Formats: sequence, structure tokens, C-alpha cells
Amino acid sequence: MTVIWTGMVAASILCGLATGQGPEVAAAAVEGAAAAVQLALSIAGMLCLWTGVMEVMRQSGLADRLSRLLSPVLRRLFPQAAKDREAMDSISANVSANLLGLGSAATPLGLEAARRLARRSPGTASDSLCMLVVCNTASIQLIPTTVASVRAAEGCAAPFDILPAVWLASALSVGVGILACKVFSRVWRA
Amino acid sequence: MDLFFTMLVPFTIGAVAIYAAFRRVDVYSALVQGAGSGLETLTRIIPALVGLMTAVYMLRASGALELLARALSPLLDRLGLPSELLPLMLVRPISGSAALGVGAELISTYGPDSQLGRTAAVMLGSTETTFYTVAVYFGAVGITRTRYAVPAALCADLTGFLAAAWAVRVCFG
Repeated sequence: MTVIWTGMVAASILCGLATGQGPEVAAAAVEGAAAAVQLALSIAGMLCLWTGVMEVMRQSGLADRLSRLLSPVLRRLFPQAAKDREAMDSISANVSANLLGLGSAATPLGLEAARRLARRSPGTASDSLCMLVVCNTASIQLIPTTVASVRAAEGCAAPFDILPAVWLASALSVGVGILACKVFSRVWRA
Repeated sequence: MDLFFTMLVPFTIGAVAIYAAFRRVDVYSALVQGAGSGLETLTRIIPALVGLMTAVYMLRASGALELLARALSPLLDRLGLPSELLPLMLVRPISGSAALGVGAELISTYGPDSQLGRTAAVMLGSTETTFYTVAVYFGAVGITRTRYAVPAALCADLTGFLAAAWAVRVCFG
């Protein structure tokens, strides 16, 4: 991140001077910082509402139910890990937390699963571990609350009208990720 | 159909609350407790947002993005991706809060209900911070040979971007 950020700042100063837009760059630095705080404030309400609803789902056991519902699908994706009960439990908890958009819950659960999967092949990523990581790099969140909050803050009347498009795009992206894992695992042997 | 998706959110909230109340969960205090953790998330992302949106604003004002976008636009056009979304696609795999900043800018500039604004929102909603996730997972369990994880994840990201542009065209015409 250090390289990227410094590079962005240096590139904009150089480019701004080259195109004669130096003063605009100077003004933009101030504006950008203020806009960041404004953005954060404008999405705060909806974000908090949703993390609140997620907590209710967790406490009422709805989140657990979802994770039990998922286990038949997950057994197919992780054939080598299917016999490891605890690994499978962590994986399904991780996937269902991702579905619900519980990012801060999903990561510890996913890391727990990764730790168990990595035990069998230290140093090298196994097929199951690659699959787990790829599933976590593809977004499978059912209700993209942060983006919807941003749209609502910009005066959108129906911030969730993008849901079908988001599901379509997510499904295709996850599908290709899983497919890529299955194909690459044949070619790219450990 | 539109009404269904608009009402989906209040229905979800209502259904969760009723189910939880029957399971004897203290719904209101759970809600408030969860909302508090949302605030924590927010305070964690604000510093990153300030840093990145400053850099993004500077980069935009300098004209550098236009130069890059102009160079890549023939390729993007062929793929059906508007070149205005290029900055978003470039930062998305690297930083979640930066992508949120860039995406929020696009949504505010072009309007949340414009084709571009919607595509930006769908891209944000259907992809993840790939490099961060890969680094956290493999770092945490001490894996150095990651084999095909990164290429496979990037295939998924690229598909997500193309699919976002396509899905918005299909769903909103």
C-alpha cells in the first residue's frame, strides 16, 4: 500500500504540473480528505442498522441454520476436506458469514478453516485451501449493504434495485473462480 | 417485481426480528449491540478513506487517469466496459476502502440511477479485495507456495467486472 499511495501522490503532482493543472491538484488534496469523512458519515446509519440486524440473526440461531443448509454444496467443493468435520464446520460458517455480509465474523472463521486445511501440507497450498481462498476473494454477499448505503446517500430512491444484477454478477464471478480452481488444480500440481 | 426488491429489505428486517423474538432473543439489545460494531467498522475505515480519497482526488484533478483511460479505452470498449470505470477496476483488488471511495465518487458524479453509477455499484457489490484476502489467509497459515490461488481469484474478478456491466445492461436496459 505504501508504494501504491506514494506512487499515486507523486504521479498526480507530476502529471498535474505537466498538464498545467497544478492548482487543481492542490485544491483536490483538501477536498478529498473532507469528502472521505462526509462519505463515512453518510453511510454510517445504514451500515450500523445492518450490522445490528446481522447480530440479531446470529443470536437467534438463523446464521447457524443457514450454515447447516450449505453443507451439502460445500462437501462437493472441498472433497479432500469432507471427512474433516471441524474443517467443514468452519468452512460452512465462513461461507454463510460471507453470504450475510458479516465480514468481521467471516475472516476469523475462514482463518480457522485455513489453519486446519494447511496442517496436511505445510508451506504449500492444497487444492482445498486454494478453493477456500478463492471463495473468499469472490464476493458472495447476498445484500451488499455498504454499496446500497452509498447509493442511498446520493439520493437514490431504491438503493437495492441493483440486487438482481449484483447476484447475477456475483454468481458468474464465483462460478468462474471455482471453475478456474478445478481446472488449474489439474495443471498446476503441488 | 420492482416493488418486491424494494420491499425485500424491510421484509428481511421484519422477518428476522419476528423469528428472533419467538426464539426469545432480546431483539432490541442485540440490534443495538450489533449497530455498535458497525460503528467500530466505520471508525476503522475512516483513516484509510481519508488517505485514499485524498490521493484519488489528486490523481483525478491531475488528468493522469484520463491519460491512462484513453490509452486503454479501445480494449475496454471491445469488452463492453466504459473507460470511466477503469480506476475502480484497478483499485478494487488492492484496497476495499479505496474502491469504496472511487466507487462513491463515480456514483455521485454520474448519479446513482445512471448506467455508469449502477455498474460501479454492481462491481463493488460483486467483487472483493482479492490481494488483501490472499495475503491475510496465506500469511496467517504460513503458506509461501500459493500455486494457482491468485490467478484463479483474478479470473473471478475479471469475470465479475464484465458480468457487472452485462448484468446492468440486462436488468436496466
